[in-house]
Amino acid sequence: MTQAAATEHHEPVENTSTGLNSRKLMMWAFLASDVMFFGAFIATYLVYRGKSLVGPYPSEILDIPITSVSTFVLLMSSLAMVLGLHYVKEGQKNKATLWILAVVVLGAIFMGFQFFEFKTFAHEGLTPRTNIFGTTFFILTGIHGAHVTIGVIWMAILAYGSHKGSLRPDSSLDLEIAGLYWHFVDIVWIVIFTVIYLISASDGPPLGVGPTIVH
Amino acid sequence: MTTKSLTFPQAFPRPKSSTGIWSWIGTVDHKRIGTMYGIVSFIWFIVGGIEAMLMRLQLSSAENDLIGPEAYNQLFTMHGTTMVFLVIMPLSAAFFNWLIPLQIGARDVAFPRLNALSFWIFLFGGLIINASWITGNAPNGGWFGYAPNSGSTFNPGMGMTYWVVGLNVLGVASIAAGLNFIVTILNMRAPGMGMFKIPIFTWMTLITSVLIVLAMPILAVAGIMLMTDRVYGTHFFNSLGGGDPVMWQHIFWLFGHPEVYILILPAMGIVSEVLPTFARKPLFGYPFVVFAGAAIAFMGWFVWSHHMFTVGLGPAANTAFSISTMLIAVPTGVKIFNWLGTLWGGNIRLNTPMLFSISFIAMFTIGGLSGVIHASPPTDAQQQDTYFVVAHFHYVLVGGALLGIFSGIYFWWPKFTGHFLNEKLGIANWALMLIGFNLQFAPMHWLGMDGMPRRIYTYAENMGWETSNLAASIGGFILALGILVFMINVVYSRMNKVMSGNDPWDGRTLEWATTSPPPVHDFDEIPQVKYRDDFWFQKHPETISEYHHDLHDDDTEKALPVVSDDADGHGDDHGHGGIHLPDMSYYPFILSAGVAIIGAGFLTNTYVIGAGVPVLLWGLVGWSMEPVNDPE
Repeated sequence: MTQAAATEHHEPVENTSTGLNSRKLMMWAFLASDVMFFGAFIATYLVYRGKSLVGPYPSEILDIPITSVSTFVLLMSSLAMVLGLHYVKEGQKNKATLWILAVVVLGAIFMGFQFFEFKTFAHEGLTPRTNIFGTTFFILTGIHGAHVTIGVIWMAILAYGSHKGSLRPDSSLDLEIAGLYWHFVDIVWIVIFTVIYLISASDGPPLGVGPTIVH
Repeated sequence: MTTKSLTFPQAFPRPKSSTGIWSWIGTVDHKRIGTMYGIVSFIWFIVGGIEAMLMRLQLSSAENDLIGPEAYNQLFTMHGTTMVFLVIMPLSAAFFNWLIPLQIGARDVAFPRLNALSFWIFLFGGLIINASWITGNAPNGGWFGYAPNSGSTFNPGMGMTYWVVGLNVLGVASIAAGLNFIVTILNMRAPGMGMFKIPIFTWMTLITSVLIVLAMPILAVAGIMLMTDRVYGTHFFNSLGGGDPVMWQHIFWLFGHPEVYILILPAMGIVSEVLPTFARKPLFGYPFVVFAGAAIAFMGWFVWSHHMFTVGLGPAANTAFSISTMLIAVPTGVKIFNWLGTLWGGNIRLNTPMLFSISFIAMFTIGGLSGVIHASPPTDAQQQDTYFVVAHFHYVLVGGALLGIFSGIYFWWPKFTGHFLNEKLGIANWALMLIGFNLQFAPMHWLGMDGMPRRIYTYAENMGWETSNLAASIGGFILALGILVFMINVVYSRMNKVMSGNDPWDGRTLEWATTSPPPVHDFDEIPQVKYRDDFWFQKHPETISEYHHDLHDDDTEKALPVVSDDADGHGDDHGHGGIHLPDMSYYPFILSAGVAIIGAGFLTNTYVIGAGVPVLLWGLVGWSMEPVNDPE
């Protein structure tokens, strides 16, 4: 939360009752809170799966190969995150900056894919107002996208800090805490990808609804 | 930190003065923030009380036309919303703020500026919801906001939008405060204070904070869904688009039932502090009270559908939720026996705090028992949407949470201010509240049994409900008179100060070890803790052998050789020695103003959101660039 507070830490062992850093502990608690936040949206998606009364249905519109690529990009950003933290701790400033920048770029590419996907879907006739699939799909992936955007901005600030030399081995906790958030957002995407793209890929109209409208 | 120069321009100098309005806006002191929480939520308490009194006036006779159905809907919605989110939760937060650092022997919470942020966002959130009165269209869909009645099809006015935006803003404040207190309690305990040596109120605060952090996001999800349904035309709760109104009930009560325990657990913690002090015995079965609290918090997640027995979820779901609801009565009952066991054989003094606490046990037991009755789906089918339910939850929320909070006010007032509240006025306050409360809500039990529905603005003359309703209305005004006596007491006690000294009640926990009121830095020297109720055993060492003969077996956690000396828990490695407190800051206020403007933007137009974003960013950037302490 504060850049300044972390620079006060010179020792790995924290001077707290649990021995854990307070900011790190708070990030974990926040992630628990965020689990409930995403959990409620994902549960809603699952409950409403296959309940759309009109098309386009998931089987008609989801493009799994393209989304697999963007998922791969996002997963690679977590690898870059790990390497970035490693080099910050090692004190190798340039490599650290490079890898943190890679996180920013990969995150931005993922966002680009999502923007493209939203635009394509809208073009093909799926908006949040079209049917319950559209409602749940756009809000859930949109909320996730908002998380990624915040993460990209956060990582960009840290990349700048690394470049300027204020992100040093003794303040690597700043990056570690941002990394906890980044990995979490990544893991949530794995769940969303599974639930929306893999499980619902063949979802068509519910029983009793007429033939599929072809777009 | 000293190596990094500050480049962010400050629009005005950092607050330094300890008096005046700017010192309150810039404060990060947990005691001042606690005081502000207390004052603001008491003002909302008066507002919510007036709303209740208007409803009681309307219902005092049959076919009354004082208040029409539209206004009545707004009154019961705003009464519930106000009392839950703007009164009981923040009054508990006032106690958290004041007491947690004092009880665990710390100089402040873990994140003092975040704490200030929580308060300011809470303030703005309350103002947003209540601003709807001024625009003439207050929320009218009940505090539970059931879809589709809360959707734009059936509720086209702006009222429920205010409600959703306000609650989401308040949720941010609650989550931030919850995170703060979790970290504070885990990380900032005095040396030697293991988890099973912290005061029981601190335990209940920890459990409540965990519940807040896990439950409030679900309310946020419900709010976002309702908001997008209302404003952008999505279909979450719209059956024509494939959505399902029952989904709202599931999500809302998945939040709403843990919320009930968020409201009651702090009061249970207060009572668990008051009873041992005035019985002059340790709390009976401390670990049982702790684990019962944790069990309530855990099981509270598996009972939500008992609010929905009449929805038609089917016998399997109803049975499962019926069993879990009956089970959750067990840890609650354990606590009641713990309190009775604490009183048993004690050297009891019946001061005002004790009177409130004992009434808490009695009233909460009545409310708890009528709650177990609802756990049976066939019985509940008779009671759903009748005044019986109103009677039940007022017995646990007024007779429970509110009496517990008043007990805490009388108990800790000397610590907060340095002087007592007047005892005679206190007893009058207690007696009026207790009598008025029972006269108001006990008749609602039989009104409900007789079939009087909730949320109706009037009733027919020949139903036989007049006498009970009149009694309830008279009781309501007696209860209000009790609150008035409390306010008189506060003023009277301030004008005729009877100084209390540091430890007027022969207290047990660390807050009584420091001066009344405590200095800014709370403790001149961070206390070293050896026992549970350490302060008591320091004062009465002769009782140590009586209670701690088996300490070496009982001592589950070794004393921690840790000195948490810095107010923000980061340890004091400046090498300056002495006491470090975080400097004051305007940024929490600025950041919360940004959140409030963005919230208001959802109610007006997008340009306002655009105006809020720079304020928010100013707060965020300024905050992150500003060091906790200016370089000396």
